[in-house]
Amino acid sequence: MGIINIQDLSFYYGDFKALKGINLDVAEKEVLAFIGPSGCGKSTLLRILNRMSDLTYGSRVEGTITFKGEDIFKLDPITLRKQVGMVFQKPNPFPMSIYDNISYGPRMQGIKDKKQLDEIVESSLKKAAIWEEVKDKLKKSAIGVSGGQQQRLCIARSIAMSPEVLLMDEPTSALDPISTLKIEDLINELKEQYTIVIVTHNMQQAGRVSDKTAFFLLGDLIEIGETGQIFSNPKEKKTEEYITGRFG
Amino acid sequence: MENAGTVNLEKNDVKMPSVSNPSNKPAVKSSTKMKEAFLYGFLGLSAVITVGFLLWLIAYVIIKGMGHIDISGLIAPIVTTIYMVGIGLGISVPIGIGTAIYLNEYSNGGKFVQGIRFATECLAAVPSILFGLFGMMFFVRMLGFSWSILSGGLTISIMILPTVVKTTEEALKTVPQSYREGSLALGASKFATIRKVVLPSATPGILTGVVFSTGRIIGETAAIYLTAGTVFQIPQSVMSSGRTLSVHLYMLAKEGISFEQAYGAAIVLLAVVLALNFLSYFIASRIGKTK
Repeated sequence: MGIINIQDLSFYYGDFKALKGINLDVAEKEVLAFIGPSGCGKSTLLRILNRMSDLTYGSRVEGTITFKGEDIFKLDPITLRKQVGMVFQKPNPFPMSIYDNISYGPRMQGIKDKKQLDEIVESSLKKAAIWEEVKDKLKKSAIGVSGGQQQRLCIARSIAMSPEVLLMDEPTSALDPISTLKIEDLINELKEQYTIVIVTHNMQQAGRVSDKTAFFLLGDLIEIGETGQIFSNPKEKKTEEYITGRFG
Repeated sequence: MENAGTVNLEKNDVKMPSVSNPSNKPAVKSSTKMKEAFLYGFLGLSAVITVGFLLWLIAYVIIKGMGHIDISGLIAPIVTTIYMVGIGLGISVPIGIGTAIYLNEYSNGGKFVQGIRFATECLAAVPSILFGLFGMMFFVRMLGFSWSILSGGLTISIMILPTVVKTTEEALKTVPQSYREGSLALGASKFATIRKVVLPSATPGILTGVVFSTGRIIGETAAIYLTAGTVFQIPQSVMSSGRTLSVHLYMLAKEGISFEQAYGAAIVLLAVVLALNFLSYFIASRIGKTK
């Protein structure tokens, strides 16, 4: 059983059933990509994994998800989110200095020691491959750097919590090709240490960064398998049609 | 400059048809043109009148009151006004901000919340004299605070509460949802998210509302006249009566004591209110910059 185990998961927005009985296993230190056309439920599922879905008023979950064997719906969402970080579609640094952005999470956990915070900020920025670009402007506003840099800052901000899992919701859809490439390189480095679940609209991206790929359609998980196999030799006809661009 | 632009346009419009099509089309054009010019003139005139009245009023007050500013005679009203602002803001700002945070951050738009919103809007539409009457019946008589700074401050704080709620809510709405999500996703609690991310981002907007409310307290006459009384003295405590600058001005003018002195007081009042307006304008323009 993997680090995250999803069983018979259904999700409702009001009366609308957005996910229909999903069964899925995420293995430790693998990169799993969720692909599928808009509205297939892939982002919804991602947001359930760290219970950001709790914020959606009028939604309801059925089924179970375990994180390291524990039922996430019985865990305190704060405890869960410390271990399952999230990077959003649009870079969302806080309107504070770069240093304050990265140290935000650790300070929320009660770390006050300046030296310890300095270390966390430096190592997180280094892991997110942005230390060299921002080391001289840690006190400057995080809003002032480019969109691609902002997204890597957001990744660094998540890393600062030393999570076990990183959820990424189309992390490059708002970025230019060069920034996208940098983020993809970063994902390839990060998978040494973290389990990564990434939602993407870009199938080439899924091919470049992921070990496994899951294809969703209208709230159903159609197929999951090794990325190479999904792209070259899908078992399901619908997967093949989507991958070859016949719809979606 | 604007005039020059209109003239140029006219030239071009007249020239073009007269070369290509010398029939009656230019006549139609010129009547549209005239309508346009008339409308433009009307709008321009409206703007000039608006600004003109403000400048006229300021100039009039200054000319009439200059040389009659009797600072020693204004100390008591100024101190009373400061007390009133202190009590009014001290009560309404925490409650107002709390209400706005509840409405915008915690509630989920149910019937109860709609009720609170509707009540807030109704409260904002109530004429200030009614707050005065209520304050006089409730604080002055029933609770026995008599005509005092406390009665006045409590009354005025209820009066400006809707403004504080409304402006704070608007300020909270301008904070992007992505900030909240970013903070929550880092394992911050909802309260910590509001305190560390949402409120700092909303502060300029909230401050603008507070400054605006301050202006309303300073400018208010009816509600304070009925609850704080008109005794001309530096208040010894919140239980003593006093007259604020606006009430002082009203008394001077109403009782025909001294119109010169009234204008002198008016200059001070005007200066304070205008300064507050500039301050709120300055804060508002700073929000624009950070966004």
